[in-house]
Amino acid sequence: MEMFTEWKFTAKDIAEKPDLFLSGHRACAGCGPATVLRLIMKAIRGPTILTNATGCMEVVSSIYPYTSWALPWLHTAFENAAANASGIEAAIKILKKKGRIKYEHVDVIALAGDGGTYDIGIQALSGAVERGHDFLFVLYDNEAYMNTGIQRSGGTPLGASTTTSPAGTVIPGKLEHKKPIADIMVAHEMPYVATASPYYWRDLITKVRRGLEVDGPAFLHVFAPCPRGWRSDQAKSIELSRLAVETCVFPLWEAINGEYQLSTPSKVLALSPEKKKPVKEYLQVQGRFRHLFTPKYAKMLEEIQRIIDERWQRLLKKCGITQPAAKKE
Amino acid sequence: MKSVVKQEVLALNGDEAVAYAAKQSDVDVVAAYPITPQTIIVERFSEYVANGEVETQFVCTESEHSALTACLAASVTGARAFTASASAGLALMHEMLFVTSGCRAPVVMAIANRALSAPLNIHGDHSDTMAQRDSGWIQIYVENAQEAYDSVIQAFKIAENPEVLLPAIVGLDGFTLSHTLENVHVLPDDVVRKFIGVRQFITVINHEGKAVPFRLDPENPTTMGPIALPNYYFEFKRQQEEAMRNALKVISQVNDEYAEISGRKYGDGLLEPYHIGDAEIGIVCLGSTAGTVKSVVDELRAKGVKAGLLRMRTFRPFPVKGVVEALENVKAIAVMDRSMSFGGNGGPVFQEVRNALYDSQKRPQIVNYIYGLGGRDTNPTQIHGIFKDLQRIIEKGRVENLVNFVGLRE
Repeated sequence: MEMFTEWKFTAKDIAEKPDLFLSGHRACAGCGPATVLRLIMKAIRGPTILTNATGCMEVVSSIYPYTSWALPWLHTAFENAAANASGIEAAIKILKKKGRIKYEHVDVIALAGDGGTYDIGIQALSGAVERGHDFLFVLYDNEAYMNTGIQRSGGTPLGASTTTSPAGTVIPGKLEHKKPIADIMVAHEMPYVATASPYYWRDLITKVRRGLEVDGPAFLHVFAPCPRGWRSDQAKSIELSRLAVETCVFPLWEAINGEYQLSTPSKVLALSPEKKKPVKEYLQVQGRFRHLFTPKYAKMLEEIQRIIDERWQRLLKKCGITQPAAKKE
Repeated sequence: MKSVVKQEVLALNGDEAVAYAAKQSDVDVVAAYPITPQTIIVERFSEYVANGEVETQFVCTESEHSALTACLAASVTGARAFTASASAGLALMHEMLFVTSGCRAPVVMAIANRALSAPLNIHGDHSDTMAQRDSGWIQIYVENAQEAYDSVIQAFKIAENPEVLLPAIVGLDGFTLSHTLENVHVLPDDVVRKFIGVRQFITVINHEGKAVPFRLDPENPTTMGPIALPNYYFEFKRQQEEAMRNALKVISQVNDEYAEISGRKYGDGLLEPYHIGDAEIGIVCLGSTAGTVKSVVDELRAKGVKAGLLRMRTFRPFPVKGVVEALENVKAIAVMDRSMSFGGNGGPVFQEVRNALYDSQKRPQIVNYIYGLGGRDTNPTQIHGIFKDLQRIIEKGRVENLVNFVGLRE
């Protein structure tokens, strides 16, 4: 019955575990993805090889002749993190069989941002998952092409102002919805898909470990605020990653062999709907949504709330949860 | 030391010869995607996998871009990696060709040379690999299925040489070679394995100041494919150029070593001269067309005409010295290009051969012929025509049309 090894850890255990994503990298103050990476590295369980798509995290961590990676790490291009992982995994398998490496097992982790996952990277990702390679793909989602200067991606949410979906006098930021990438991955019938947010660090670390333990491909979608791109307070990135969950903008869940289940922080909201916060609270602290708080675009604000509610209800259904009080918010 | 091994003769087309060579080369990872006229290579290789004849991880990727990516990643993880492609597939790999050479991953790739769209055309020419000329890959063009077999084996040994560490393309003409059955002499498996050897790794200093093997190894972490800013990028590129220079020497060495076990030798590995030493009129070309030119040279020589051929086997690195030595005493030279450099001063082979001869005191007359695009047949009559043109050029003492088209409706 138990699919995963029981792993109990305290905050102290995690703090004492040596960092594998080392300090000295060039990430901005308040960078969500950098915190996410540091937490991910706390879940490493043995010999591991990482591969990184082109993007902020690749650039800030590997400026030659420096590196922030205490693990073997490979970057090749933008659209192919999953193909890198395929090649590494295939090599490890055969070299082990031929006795040319001594490791019993090597974990392979691919890291990519939203551009490298939702958009340019989705073909390689879909292919690698279909082929069943044993690797964990981590999407750190800061909801736009931040490395090139905040351009909209398939992961940018409705209404967000970016440099290629600017809020103008006639257009209220991005007109399209955020692609449900994690659901798309579940549709691949892969063994493990989960979402995580760095505020819930214990949940995040546990999910990384589960993604590594699972035999076959695993996909972890991690929420990763970007103060530069979101025009938010550098000191509030972790708070934002809490608000996103509390407003159900970014619910936490796992799909194990296609079976959806809410993770505790979101389950609490499902069981006590009154605790669910209005999306406005999340949007109003970010400059990228500032225009939505002008009378002209107020309708969009309602539209966003409606869509978030709809998606939340659909998720609850998938998780088999019927809310005790089916009150409308 | 003469110790030529007894060899079996198999009826193989060019693609099958390539697959057979890859099978014998103890390849760890093959990642590939189908495209005509390369497909037979991966089909045959899949059969070897399915029948347990190879110890190889075969990854059927969802695109050529991922195929080369997976080969590159496997290679830097320590595997011997092989792929094959053509035309649009190679074009889709374009970005990764540079990354592969930049990461110094000795991946070997067979290309069944084919035209590029549009209009769509599946037949042979050199547009695909010529468009990748500057991507940092070694480029070897073969004349027949036998050479395709021999060259794939050699390519692993060349690419993995610590002085080289560059990826290598073996190009065989689409259909003319890829799909044409020939008798191919094949070496025994163990001889091929021993010839190439197990992959060795150079030692590099990692970020901890520790000497580690140049590969992704959990116990000896290295950061591969970093970002290098203007203060370091240039040095990386200079090193690649150095490796190309070294490849000139290594290709010749491997050609010699291979001759010792197989009895087969392709000139000095870079250039194959055919009656060019005392020739007055000479043709330079790549690939299967050399076979046709050789037969025409034979006919002309029988009539006392001093005709010759210089077959360019290795186009990258470009053997400048050998080209000058072989050609500077020829009075008139025709360079045949099976691809176009639109708007350029002739095709890519012509430009480079002419460039090489600039420093020669003798500066022979030189003219360019674009031929065979999209699989158009090039016959002996046309080759005779080119040699006749060269005789006229000698008589007139000048080249009238620098760039000409062979077998074209105008």
